[in-house]
Amino acid sequence: MSLIDILNFTLGSLQGHRLRSLLMLLAMSIGVAAVVILTSLGEGARRYVTGEFATLGTHLIIVLPGRSETAGAGPSMFIGETPRDLTLDDSMALTRSSTIRRIAPISVGSAAVSWKEREREVPILGSTSDLLEIRHWSMAQGRFLPPDSPDLATPVCVIGSKVRDELFGAQSALGEWVRIGDRRFRVVGVLATEGRSIGVDVQEIVIIPVASAQMLFNSPSLFRIIIEARNREAIQPAIEFTRTTLRERHQGEEDVTIITQDAVLATFDRIFNALTLTVAGIATISLIVAGILIMNVMLVAITQRTTEIGLLKAIGASQHQIQTLFLMEAAILSLIGAVIGLGLGETGSWFIGYLYPAFPAGPPLWAILAAVGVALLTGVIFGTLPARRAARLDPVQALSRR
Amino acid sequence: MIHLEGIERLFKVGDQQVHALDNVTLEIPAGEYLSIMGPSGSGKSTLLHIIGLLDRPTAGKYLLDNQDVTALTDEEQARTRRETIGFVFQFFHLVPRLTAKQNIELPLVLAGLPPGERNTRSEKILQAMGLSDRAHHRPDQLSGGQRQRVAIARATIMKPKVLLADEPTGNLDRTSGNEVIEIIEQLNQKGITLIIVTHDPEIGDRARRQIHMIDGKIETDTTRPS
Repeated sequence: MSLIDILNFTLGSLQGHRLRSLLMLLAMSIGVAAVVILTSLGEGARRYVTGEFATLGTHLIIVLPGRSETAGAGPSMFIGETPRDLTLDDSMALTRSSTIRRIAPISVGSAAVSWKEREREVPILGSTSDLLEIRHWSMAQGRFLPPDSPDLATPVCVIGSKVRDELFGAQSALGEWVRIGDRRFRVVGVLATEGRSIGVDVQEIVIIPVASAQMLFNSPSLFRIIIEARNREAIQPAIEFTRTTLRERHQGEEDVTIITQDAVLATFDRIFNALTLTVAGIATISLIVAGILIMNVMLVAITQRTTEIGLLKAIGASQHQIQTLFLMEAAILSLIGAVIGLGLGETGSWFIGYLYPAFPAGPPLWAILAAVGVALLTGVIFGTLPARRAARLDPVQALSRR
Repeated sequence: MIHLEGIERLFKVGDQQVHALDNVTLEIPAGEYLSIMGPSGSGKSTLLHIIGLLDRPTAGKYLLDNQDVTALTDEEQARTRRETIGFVFQFFHLVPRLTAKQNIELPLVLAGLPPGERNTRSEKILQAMGLSDRAHHRPDQLSGGQRQRVAIARATIMKPKVLLADEPTGNLDRTSGNEVIEIIEQLNQKGITLIIVTHDPEIGDRARRQIHMIDGKIETDTTRPS
């Protein structure tokens, strides 16, 4: 019996029992659609979180003053004890490596910012011009800090959009002089609102040159140094370079903590992958239920079709042929069900994306392949028992009925 | 052609054993026209099923074309059914969703013949049966006589050596019944070995050789001198 004949025969018999075939298709397609939609949600969550992290910048190495011990898992973990300050000179010493593309020393404080009679207390960030690129921020108006030498205390500032609204209202802020603490700074730019990164609300900060910030807060120590490595491969050499350089500068003592963003990111990636796998596993249960339904319906179908099976035997079909025919029915149903389910699932995840454009929902390729694979597998596994039963049917009994 | 020796067939009904066939020995030469008659439960259908390889005897020897067919595997038995035996049933047993032509071609499909050859063969046999204009009708659009002719066409399309008919007229009116009998008698005249199971004496008496069965045993075996 050729494959085309087998297909013709089974398709004919599936068409002959429309309702039954449709019900089995429905069960199978719901199972596959569940896998696709749930994994696309999980994958969307993973992409969302990694995307949020990417807005912080890529290939970043963060140097914190103080050495964090693995034992001290308290709030002091990232702050640590600071026997020796991280200084601007430390930061400038790190620029001498080819593995490092950009470097931004950061000092943080809080001060009152005033323009005319309006005054407001805001976080002040002291940094250099590289910060804009490192953090992937963008400007709404004007320019960022000028690319001067980091130790030049230029009296300029960049303000967040909310600060701009609260101090200047509808008036233009560019070129105006504001008072920060006891010093005066000229506003050279306004940050765009979309630059929102974890931990810092860009709309509510004022950025000034790091040297100015050190003068303003009267402290030479840096809050941290953010380093952007040239590429992924350069991260490890850059860490080594940073560690040795700072150790030499700190009288041979290793009193800084170096963390990489990629390590944090990788952890999140693993967590969300595990999550996606879990929901995929749960959804697979519905596929197996669909498989059991197919088995059940096929068993009923066989009792209804005993005469046909008996006849096929009488005109020369072997057990093997009959088994193939029935197995093929299960396989075709599963395949068509899987295709419909994929369509439903893709539509569903597209619809989620349509409702929540910020949420990058979309099933990963492995989930699609796994859903179709499991659908076919359950169809064939649960189709085997009915097919074997059909093949073993006693033709005399089958034919004695009308 | 067909050689049965000491055939037994036991059925278990509850904890009782029923002898459906009790030590049946029968020799049927090629080209024979044989009718098997007897009351219901006499074992005539069982005998036919064993000859047609749909059932296996509990004991005994069955040679078909000098070959011991009881020892064959399922695959080989299926092949023998396909190539040397044709079946005609009382209830026709056509596949309802297939057209007359598709029903007739079914054995060819199982044998794996290419579509072109299937078509030539089925067209020819449809014409011989006078069913050419009914080729694309489904069984429920055919009369009883037409259905049985489709069934005969299906049974003979593989050019079998033996045609087994189980009450072929049992579900037909007299006119179409006679028509059907005439068709299968013509096939017998062309050389096919014909075995008819019936309890209608009028049909059974037409056969050259007649067997009467009672309680699983052959009571009489008469051959009309030609």
